[in-house]
Amino acid sequence: MTAVRDPVRLPRIASTGSSPGRLRRIRLWRKYEGLLYIFPVFGGILAFQAIPIVVSMYLSLADWNGIQPPRFVGLGNFRQMFTDDPLYWQTLRNTVLFTLGAIPATTVLAFLLALLCNRNVPGIAIFRAAYFAPYITNIVAIGYIWYWIYKPDQGVLNGMLSVFGIHGPDWLSDPNLALISVIIVSVWQGAGYPMVIFLAGLQGIPTDLYEAASIDGASQSRKLFSITIPLMTPSIFFVLITQFITSFQVFGVIYIMTQGGPGHSTSVYIYYLYQVAFSFGQFGYAAAMAWVLFVILGLITLIQWRLQRGWVFYG
Amino acid sequence: MSTRTIATVGGLRRVGPSQRLLNVVLYVFMIVLGVLFVIPLLWMIGASLKEEGHVLSSPPTLFPLHPQWANYGQVLSLIPRFFYNSVKLAFINVVGVLAVSALAGFAFGRLRFPGRNVLFVILLATAMIPGVAYLIPQYIIFERIGWVDTQLPLWVPRVFTPVFATFLMRQYFVSLPQELEDAARVDGAGTFAVFWRILLPETKPALGAIAIFTFLDSWNDLLGPLIYINSRELQTLPVALAQFQNEYFSEITLLMAGATIAVLPVILVYLGAQRQFVRGITLTGINR
Repeated sequence: MTAVRDPVRLPRIASTGSSPGRLRRIRLWRKYEGLLYIFPVFGGILAFQAIPIVVSMYLSLADWNGIQPPRFVGLGNFRQMFTDDPLYWQTLRNTVLFTLGAIPATTVLAFLLALLCNRNVPGIAIFRAAYFAPYITNIVAIGYIWYWIYKPDQGVLNGMLSVFGIHGPDWLSDPNLALISVIIVSVWQGAGYPMVIFLAGLQGIPTDLYEAASIDGASQSRKLFSITIPLMTPSIFFVLITQFITSFQVFGVIYIMTQGGPGHSTSVYIYYLYQVAFSFGQFGYAAAMAWVLFVILGLITLIQWRLQRGWVFYG
Repeated sequence: MSTRTIATVGGLRRVGPSQRLLNVVLYVFMIVLGVLFVIPLLWMIGASLKEEGHVLSSPPTLFPLHPQWANYGQVLSLIPRFFYNSVKLAFINVVGVLAVSALAGFAFGRLRFPGRNVLFVILLATAMIPGVAYLIPQYIIFERIGWVDTQLPLWVPRVFTPVFATFLMRQYFVSLPQELEDAARVDGAGTFAVFWRILLPETKPALGAIAIFTFLDSWNDLLGPLIYINSRELQTLPVALAQFQNEYFSEITLLMAGATIAVLPVILVYLGAQRQFVRGITLTGINR
């Protein structure tokens, strides 16, 4: 079939004996064929993202319990949220506290782990796997494990503390401690992911920089602060951006470990949103909450982008 | 002055005594940290093999002298349905996401068509919106079309909106040499043949990374099954496990055996494909 082998001759051969419009049809097909390949993903974006976003915009302006027809209330949901729902403010505050506790600890720990793992020592692959393991562990399993670690009377942690004669606290039932206990679990689970990002960043730093610094007599700590950290600022920036977004949307660890309690001391934004929608059936209010969170996350990201000029170093 | 010359690549250079001491200290530190990271997981496995009532013995032990494998037998008789549901959903999600993202990534990376750049920007823009924005409206739409209490919401939206995966595939397709494609075209291969037979096999590393992350997402999904599934027989393993906690509250050994079974497939996948895993994270910075 030489006709097929030679693309230039294809139209001529193809048109013999068939309609002259065939050439145009082939050209048309060639031009638009790509759309066919992206159709599944754009159909999905339309159906599962674009339309839901429009629905959600309307919902946020409505009062709807999921059964009766929605009632348009204008900005009523937002007014209620900001002026008439102390629980909303408490969950927002808890979310901020969670974020402020978890992000610095996770980032510093991950950076430290990456520094440790970026060396040629025996068994390094095992260490990396060990530090990363909690990140891929199912949150339900993590909840179980830590529930028994934190258990006040016969728990593993207080059992170990009692060996040293310390009477351990009630980690998850003390309203002043519960959020910190959850943050500890979250840091333990979450450090593996930024560690891998940092490790990739560290491995991208040219070794001759360190060699030059050594020749100039720089100490280890000097190299860390004058070479490693400045060159790692893009990685740190990326980690901070993603950490803020995921941390503000924390749900699993709260749902599994505390259900927002005791009291509402560990109830965070998404957990409250989940309750508002699926326990209280206030879908309009929940949609409005989602929009406010979206704006908060957008603002935080924007501020971080603005601030990066001051400290992120692109070599 | 030998202490000064160490630093980077380690091991190759001569090392001074103070540096050697520091290395030992750091190594011990790494081991301590490693133990802290892994011991809760080991404790879970250990507890799953203990006799009921002997889990919290003092002094605390990690592994029992006489492992009770029967615990697993007991749990396995409770969970086959949930295990099957989780495996099935993970399989559909992985295959579906790979297919949809590879097709779209190929089109964005290798084909010309009107509106390509605009559509690609739209695709990237949707990645900026956090998933929570879709949570409520998606639920309402699925409720309207009768998808609540079916497994459809657990895979259809995921399979048809693989935004990060499409981005990753596009980057990979762009990087492949044009000669590969030209040779096939001269031989008369159509566009789909170029995609399927010539270019797709070259993207295996990207496909591997996407498969692993999709598997993880699907397997560890908590919120989706929690919201959409009411019928017990449709439930996934992690959520069924969370519900066990209420029923088998006092039987820690069974709970831990169940938790171990839920974690094991993920650990195995990770150990089998560690390199792809790390490559996937560093390539895309995928997050949930």
